[in-house]
Amino acid sequence: MFQPTLAQARHQLKDKKYSAVELLQAVYKRIDAFDSRVQAYVHLTRDIALKQAEAADQKISAGEDAPLLGIPIALKDLICMQGARTTCASHILEQFVSPYDATVVKRLKDAGAVLIGKTNMDEFAMGSSNENSWFHPTHNPWDLTRVPGGSSGGSGAAVAANECIAALGSDTGGSIRQPAGFCGITGLKPTYGRVSRFGLVAFASSFDQIGPMTKSVEDAALLMNVIAGHDPMDTTSADVPVPDYSAALPQSVKGLKMGIPKEYFTSGIDPEVERAVQNAIQSLESMGIEKVEVSLPHTEYAVATYYVLACAEASTNLSRYDGVRYGFRSEKSGTLMDMYTNTREEGFGEEVKRRILLGTFVLSSGYYDAYYLKGQKVRTLIKQDFDEAYKKCNVIVAPISPAPAFKFNEKLDDPLQMYLSDIFTISANLAGIPAMSIPCGLSEAGLPIGLQLMGKHFDEATLLNVGHQFQQTTDHHLKHPKL
Amino acid sequence: MPANPFDIEKVATLARLKLTEDEKIRLGGQFERILEYIDQLDRLDTQAVEPTTHVLPLQNVFREDELKKNFPDAEYLPLAPRQDKGHYEVPQII
Repeated sequence: MFQPTLAQARHQLKDKKYSAVELLQAVYKRIDAFDSRVQAYVHLTRDIALKQAEAADQKISAGEDAPLLGIPIALKDLICMQGARTTCASHILEQFVSPYDATVVKRLKDAGAVLIGKTNMDEFAMGSSNENSWFHPTHNPWDLTRVPGGSSGGSGAAVAANECIAALGSDTGGSIRQPAGFCGITGLKPTYGRVSRFGLVAFASSFDQIGPMTKSVEDAALLMNVIAGHDPMDTTSADVPVPDYSAALPQSVKGLKMGIPKEYFTSGIDPEVERAVQNAIQSLESMGIEKVEVSLPHTEYAVATYYVLACAEASTNLSRYDGVRYGFRSEKSGTLMDMYTNTREEGFGEEVKRRILLGTFVLSSGYYDAYYLKGQKVRTLIKQDFDEAYKKCNVIVAPISPAPAFKFNEKLDDPLQMYLSDIFTISANLAGIPAMSIPCGLSEAGLPIGLQLMGKHFDEATLLNVGHQFQQTTDHHLKHPKL
Repeated sequence: MPANPFDIEKVATLARLKLTEDEKIRLGGQFERILEYIDQLDRLDTQAVEPTTHVLPLQNVFREDELKKNFPDAEYLPLAPRQDKGHYEVPQII
């Protein structure tokens, strides 16, 4: 079966086992064979990709090298790529063709990558199941009757189904890590500010981060080496030195301390998930990592805080969709005001409207202090919890989700239940810390279970180091769904 | 917090969203439960806590004041649903 990791594909391209064009064709062959069932992609960029693969082959034969030369990579469809549609899986941007490249896309191109297509997502990254896509839901490759998670469910499913070599997703409240967990792959949300957001369609600007979704931690490090770093085009991008993440992988983990937050192992967690995570903790202990108990006492307030703040930011960010400068405009327009309201009524799906309304409310006169300011203050408390915990440990180890992938329609009618499925991922976004999901087992029903590693600000290297060492002694990440 | 503060018609107007009667009823009920859940934040005493607007200690990010043409009309104006003579076209305002 055709399933090279990024690291393997790099070696095989260098050794001329196949050309970049042949690798691209093999990936498209998998997409043609399986994507009618998985539906991970919303559109493919075959022409652009073929030119990039041909250019990569020319460079390879000229003896040139670049970090991602000839590697087929998929992009979540909220990352702008010049000349390609960038829809956010929304009707309002359905026909939008980006006139510029996001900084991460520019970096991928400069590194020689072949950009094969745009993956499905919940509309404007709002959702945990991909059921909120305007186009179609994506199916979990491990069980097609179940969701792949969200909002980067298309990228998660594409990696798990071997319909790309690696992908980029984005994570505002867990949107890389939760689908990575549901799809049995590796997903890293970097520190806020580590990766440029220029060209990432904004959802909640103080939370959004782009990150790698890959078949192994080793691959995530290779992608991070390319996409991380300061960008003058994003004023919130941090001017902090970027280490060589691949060089961090082989280091010894002996003597590191992992914090186990007791608040993440409470009632409501599926016993199979708890067992798999506890087994993973034992494996980490046997690798020489010391276990310490830590407390994150404000964990129970994370979901409420997040939905106040993220919806507030979304309501302002999405006010730009007014039917004037780009995107969809309703034909029903009468007055200018009618044009705005009709365009937004027809252009946005229900979850997006729900969040715009909630965000507008918490920012409105008379309620700002009670909701928005309160949320910002609780955010401080949650951040302080992590500062305290990291005095005792280098990484925090926890589950990614309370349960494995759920069935379609299971939570669709109850938004609060859907929001609560992100209970373990949201705190990292509130605190701005890096966090990673790696596979740590399968449930009896054969569904992947994810392990979460959270780190200190800008310390992705330790997460990748621990995750890679875990994958050297376990084989969870080597399991593939049967399609 | 004030009881049942969510006036969906008013909020929809502020958000420039037009909702169907059906949506008003369904979303209204959902908001009641979501806000009830959010109200648990009231249990925390945050009087002495500073709000977090940004997780990183970034302040006054400046750049050189260079004259650059970032967004050429020829590439960006055609993205508009309607345009005329180099301008965006919208319904009559006055």
